[in-house]
Amino acid sequence: MELADILASLFPGGHEVAVMDNLISGSGIINAIKVHVIGIAGQSPLGCEGALILAGHVLEITRKGSAAPILVLIDSSSQRMSRRDELLGLSECLAHLAKTLLLAGAQGHRTIGLLYGGSAAGAFIATALATGTLVALPGAHPAVMDLPSMARVTKLPIEVLKAKAEKTPVFAPGLENLAQTGAIHAVWNPDQSLAEQFLALLAEQTGGDARDRLGEGRGGRPKAASIAQRVEKEASHA
Amino acid sequence: MTSANSWYEAGARQRVAAMLDPGSFAEFIGPEQREISPHLAIFDLPEQFDDGIIVGHGTLEGRRILVAAQEGRFMGGAFGEVHGAKLTGLLRAARSLGEPVLILFDTGGVRLQEANAGELAIAEIMRALVEARMAGVQVLGLIGGRAGCYGGGSLIAGCCSALIVSEQGRISVSGPEVIETNKGVEEFDSRDRALVWRTMGGKHRYLIGGADAFADDDVLAFREAALIVLAGNGRLDADVLEAEQQRLEHRLHRFGEAHDAIDIWTDIGVSEPTEIPGLATDEFLRRITDKREKANGAR
Repeated sequence: MELADILASLFPGGHEVAVMDNLISGSGIINAIKVHVIGIAGQSPLGCEGALILAGHVLEITRKGSAAPILVLIDSSSQRMSRRDELLGLSECLAHLAKTLLLAGAQGHRTIGLLYGGSAAGAFIATALATGTLVALPGAHPAVMDLPSMARVTKLPIEVLKAKAEKTPVFAPGLENLAQTGAIHAVWNPDQSLAEQFLALLAEQTGGDARDRLGEGRGGRPKAASIAQRVEKEASHA
Repeated sequence: MTSANSWYEAGARQRVAAMLDPGSFAEFIGPEQREISPHLAIFDLPEQFDDGIIVGHGTLEGRRILVAAQEGRFMGGAFGEVHGAKLTGLLRAARSLGEPVLILFDTGGVRLQEANAGELAIAEIMRALVEARMAGVQVLGLIGGRAGCYGGGSLIAGCCSALIVSEQGRISVSGPEVIETNKGVEEFDSRDRALVWRTMGGKHRYLIGGADAFADDDVLAFREAALIVLAGNGRLDADVLEAEQQRLEHRLHRFGEAHDAIDIWTDIGVSEPTEIPGLATDEFLRRITDKREKANGAR
């Protein structure tokens, strides 16, 4: 789905969401509920400046003191790969953005990520994976690393990687593979009203981070939930 | 260059032993439980019984503390499913126990053979870390190992309440090889080691406020630095993030046109900036006194 169609389906009564330099910001109203919107469009990379602009929006929202939900729309590539970004401390800027979203969640804002295109690596961690609930639209294509690059790093032929990818969802790119590990809460239906699907999601209760148990149930991450729980238990009894 | 007690040369278990009070360390899910990665066999790769990370508790000058240490010599210290879940569990425990945490980073980032699980583990660790800090728990990152602190590891480091680095402590999201592979050797020549050190290394990070303490490449120097930093406060709240926003915006405004770390060090007012990479710790610290940018808790 294109961004304009997504916004039209989310906000049938209209919205004030703008895109500038591939950064999304604004708000709309769904059933009398104000929803703040931020995000990345156009499969663009996330660098220092972009991360700080988005973090600034989140801080401005939390400063107002309401508990309005924050929707994060994502169609990015990876972190911007450049000498300049690393020189200036890209890790701090991306972590800062993630922290603002996590703080907003802790302050009572529902933070909902909607992955509608690509995303990868540091950009994915700092945006989509820092929301309380992440959903996706069919056709979304998240990746930690594409298979050709992975073939270079792991020194395995791409045919071998493709064959292995059929046996396990744990390393190969793609929405279905990532969903099995528990990263994606649900995949929305583009043929139905996104506003209604958003409201249904808002009505669901949320607690702590349940992604490890979700991944266990889906079979994509057999050990993460139990290992984390055992460490927590051993630490409490030590 | 490296001493008998070199942090860079030490393994994860040696670092933990040197960091904590003698004999005080007790491990959670130790190697005897053989909780190996369920995914490496698919790639015909050998597993390790601790999956490349040690988590546990001990005391530091008598004070109870939780500790995690990555083993950079196993799969480059990379985050896989089990490796990551051990750190997530430790940070969740820190929040409920109200006990400080030391993370001894030594990592290339996400383990590609289990990339989806590793990437998600990074996100879970960041959330657990931030929630612990919002409850007032200090989480210190110590960086000076062989593998540096790259990729998702650098984002976790960016969530810590304070960072202690040595000269060897490289912090970067994209590694030199990744930038070169994707953008070309003109953008970043990964074989130019001097370029790598001055762009991503501990001295530069300390100079621009990306780290809070600078230690010699020595396990006891890291211990001393940790004791000093632990005396501070690590709480994360809205005021801290407002201050970090201003700090980082100021940095981009001030240094955004710089082409090289030397330009930044010159701008800061360090005398003879080209000599910085070659200086021993004492002289380096003397040379930059009152010049470097400080985070002052805004992280």
